[in-house]
Amino acid sequence: MDSPTPMVAGDVKRHRLSTRIWHWANALLLYILFTSGLGIFNAHPRLYWGQYGANLDHAWLTLERIPGWITLPGHYSLALSRHWHLAAAPLFAFALLAYMVWSLVNRHIARDLAFRRGELAPRHIWQDIRNHARLRFPTGQAALRYNVLQKASYIGVIFVMLPLVILTGLTMSPGMNAAWPWVLDLFGGRQSARSIHFIAAFALVVFFLVHILMVLLAGPLNEVRSMITGRYRVPEARP
Amino acid sequence: MILTRRTLLLGATATLAGCDRLARNESFREALFSAENFHKWAQRGLMAPDALAREFRPDQISPVFRANGTANPNTPAYKALWRNGFADWRLQVTGLVARELSVSLSQLRTLPHREQITRHDCVEGWSAIGKWRGVPLKTILDGAGLRSSARYIVLRCADDMGGGRPYYESIDLADAFHPQTILAFALNDAPLSVANGAPLRLRVERQLGYKQAKYLMGIEAVDSLAAIGKGKGGFWEDHAGYDWYAGI
Repeated sequence: MDSPTPMVAGDVKRHRLSTRIWHWANALLLYILFTSGLGIFNAHPRLYWGQYGANLDHAWLTLERIPGWITLPGHYSLALSRHWHLAAAPLFAFALLAYMVWSLVNRHIARDLAFRRGELAPRHIWQDIRNHARLRFPTGQAALRYNVLQKASYIGVIFVMLPLVILTGLTMSPGMNAAWPWVLDLFGGRQSARSIHFIAAFALVVFFLVHILMVLLAGPLNEVRSMITGRYRVPEARP
Repeated sequence: MILTRRTLLLGATATLAGCDRLARNESFREALFSAENFHKWAQRGLMAPDALAREFRPDQISPVFRANGTANPNTPAYKALWRNGFADWRLQVTGLVARELSVSLSQLRTLPHREQITRHDCVEGWSAIGKWRGVPLKTILDGAGLRSSARYIVLRCADDMGGGRPYYESIDLADAFHPQTILAFALNDAPLSVANGAPLRLRVERQLGYKQAKYLMGIEAVDSLAAIGKGKGGFWEDHAGYDWYAGI
């Protein structure tokens, strides 16, 4: 978001170009990563904790084959799923890194994402939860800022979930284990990292579903337009 | 705007079908497959040439070391070797070397060896930790005297993958001379079982399981992989589209 213009109603410039590009690149790349990841998972649909884990070891989760309508490719091909996954992963990781650096430089983080004084007060957070539960979305000037729950989820995704999914992915690589042995200690072993990678992927799916729900409730045309062109129509204040 | 589950499903399926079509396009396929080059370049850049794979404590060894791929080559030639306790088995060292070698199992056992408790990572996703004992590949290559034109080491195996095509794999010299790259003849203090690659298998610890060629019959130094199999450097690389560089 650019700094709010004094104008309250009408169109404002809401999302920067860097945010818009990154948003749509992520939409595509995460879609490829999730579906090809499920294809890879089908090669061994069991999850373990610790350094090792194979068929005769205790699995904390065993799933049936994930159906073809949600895997990439649609038929079982470990080689092709891996090609998709390993081609998309570095693009996704470096895009995140670039976005983080750029958002620090252009003060997107400081201006729009960092919590402001008073926002973390329990009373304020509770009020925000109540507003969400009653589907009372901010209007006028307040609609130009992220609310505290929005900030918390964006910070959680950008600085926790996405780095986590990348690092646990790298921990599964025997080459990266030699290059960065500390990742094994960070996650407690390759099989633990594989489990966390899987859990983080599904946590991102939950974020995606809530995100889509919020867009639908807040006015999908205006929201989607603002993420494509950057222009956002400020909702008029409730009478 | 009403998005039903059905519409979402149709949308997801249509997008995935689009991806599948894209993956059949030759130049897109090439671009997709070239990610391997990036990973090899990035990993080799990030790791020191002698960076070691993690070695584990004895209490971290898997209770059962899962065997995968061929469980028994079962060819008449292999069965004859096995019946005789591999006394007639020889490792043929050929190709771009100063001296071709033919090494017996008992000769290998007298050479200085290395012991390592490492993790075996299958491309499918599972891992098993085992204790390997074997002769560093470097010892054999130094003994044979690698010529300066050699770029890759090809591993020739005894198991028939169908239609009389034996398994093969290859590694480059960066991995061939790595201290943990050994020709292993023992797993968990016992001679290698048939399921795990008797009498000898490769351990190349910074890569995935399909590079760890079992039932070794020969190693060959070459300057290019073009004439090996279909040119991709390994059986699964040639027949299933796996990456040659299996560091990830």
